[in-house]
Amino acid sequence: MNTTNTVQASSVPSGGHHIKATIGQLTRRPEAGSLLGLIAVFVFFALVGGQAFLSPAGYASWLNIAAEIGLVALPVGLLMIAGEMDLSIGAVIPASSLTVAIISGHYGLPEFVGIFAGLGVGLIVGFFNGYLVNRTGVPSLIVTIGSMFGVMGLTLGFTVLIAGSTGVSLVPSPTVKAILGDFVGGMFQVTIFWWLLFVAAFFYLLHVSTLGNWIFALGGDKISARNAGIPTERLTIALYMLSGFSAAFVGVSQVLVYQSAQVLAGQSFIFNSIMCVVIGGVLLTGGAGSVVGIVLGTLTFAIVNQDIYFTGIDPNLGSVIIGALLLLAVMMNDKFRVLAMSYATKKK
Amino acid sequence: MSDNTPILELQNVDKSFGPIDVLHNISLKVRAGEVLCLLGDNGAGKSTLIKTLAGVHKPTRGTILMDGNPVEFSGPREAQEMGISTVHQFGGTFPLMSIGRSFFVGVEPTKGWGPFKVYDRKTANEIAVKAVQDFGITRIDDGDRLVGGLSGGERQSLAIARAVHFGARVLILDEPTAALGVKQAAHVLRIVNEAKRRGLAVVFITHQVMHAMTVGDHFAVLIRGAIAADFRRGEKTREEITDLMAGGETMADLEAQIESYMDAHEGQPPPPAQ
Repeated sequence: MNTTNTVQASSVPSGGHHIKATIGQLTRRPEAGSLLGLIAVFVFFALVGGQAFLSPAGYASWLNIAAEIGLVALPVGLLMIAGEMDLSIGAVIPASSLTVAIISGHYGLPEFVGIFAGLGVGLIVGFFNGYLVNRTGVPSLIVTIGSMFGVMGLTLGFTVLIAGSTGVSLVPSPTVKAILGDFVGGMFQVTIFWWLLFVAAFFYLLHVSTLGNWIFALGGDKISARNAGIPTERLTIALYMLSGFSAAFVGVSQVLVYQSAQVLAGQSFIFNSIMCVVIGGVLLTGGAGSVVGIVLGTLTFAIVNQDIYFTGIDPNLGSVIIGALLLLAVMMNDKFRVLAMSYATKKK
Repeated sequence: MSDNTPILELQNVDKSFGPIDVLHNISLKVRAGEVLCLLGDNGAGKSTLIKTLAGVHKPTRGTILMDGNPVEFSGPREAQEMGISTVHQFGGTFPLMSIGRSFFVGVEPTKGWGPFKVYDRKTANEIAVKAVQDFGITRIDDGDRLVGGLSGGERQSLAIARAVHFGARVLILDEPTAALGVKQAAHVLRIVNEAKRRGLAVVFITHQVMHAMTVGDHFAVLIRGAIAADFRRGEKTREEITDLMAGGETMADLEAQIESYMDAHEGQPPPPAQ
């Protein structure tokens, strides 16, 4: 196949050697497939969507969505690399939104109290998830479905009990709104910049710090990782708390952007975040993936999800495209993984 | 062979799980620079014995001695810290990690200082590649290659090199050649010899008599949890060992049966079972 050609060709000293070796090295990156996917999707929508897609408003429409999903997709991706899942984020987002809205809107306490409490909700749910996964040994898919329903029920119950309805509104102060809930240039959500900050932090965590190596090892082979002296249980809890925190961050910024919180907001994040991560080349069973891949997957997903409206295509077909894209992405990523394994630099 | 104190010794070790006795009265010694081959058929108690040596199980009765002093391992970590390393059949490595990264899992080299300590990929790759090449696997020259792309023999070699690099004194190899082809197995046997030359005590678990005879100095045959034979290199032939492993004279019996059948049926071998 392709790599064997590349390898053979690269063993011949020639001018093209360098380029071919670089291509070979590229296939070794877990995000190789998702980069191709993003380019294909971008070109397609640029051709079909035309000027509207390429205008600032067009960019804003998918970047806003990408930032919100992306904030959750990053920790979900890390968890998946570590071999775990987190579905409870879908309940943490509204739970934290409502915590902020109730504390600062309904009771009128200072906003920072509400924001800290909202983020605290995420950390608590995350700790609880990690602890249960370690303690029970039940697959994390099940554990987090359980906690998702639990959190959702509690959110609904308390909201109705305290506020008397399923939605609570909040009018944020200008400073807080500028930091967390404003639109830059009237259309780009400030969340985009937070997302970029998170991307940098996650990149450092996974690819630069030594902790990243532990995450890969944990997902690759939990028992070997433990034998090698990695505190697997603490690492699992920390990763769940990170995903709880990130989901809560999205919830907090949502309530500040939309100035109200709804009990059922956030459901769509569960599958959307997983799709972004998988399109981005993260292995479902753990052990492989990259932050760049997750970002590329998120962008791809957001473009398809939003910019279907700029084309003449029936928006309902958007879901069909996303479904097909997901399948295609997984097949392509598997192919690239095989190529990556067989790729070796040969000495001339 | 040297007559110094064995690095690792078992004295009359029994292991039972509830009412089930798995190991009876096992006594073994392994010295520095010596390969002890543990031979046994499936279910003979080999894995329980390995786990006892590696600190996973505690012996029900009997003692484990290290350098002549009785020891009790609280768990595999402690055994590892005392220099006992187990390498499992598939190398126990991470297929989708690079050679450098998997070599240093849990003990990553860093550069920088304070909160800016970062994983030092270059150093990790250099040390890992050098450690493997020192064992004669010169084909590995790129620390960024994924472990999953290595052959079975190379993976074993990587795991052994890793154990030695991190200070193993006793190397327990659990069926290292079982899943390998002839060439790959020869590779691993060469590595075992190299480990022995470096003065490690090697416990080599296998059911392939040929492989055991290539590298072993000392042999112990395990049958139903007890040591059925204990002999040194050159004291028994391959056939004798195979027969021992199969639980007595069964192999010879079977051959005799086939021969007598062929005599009685004009040289026709027996038909395959229906």
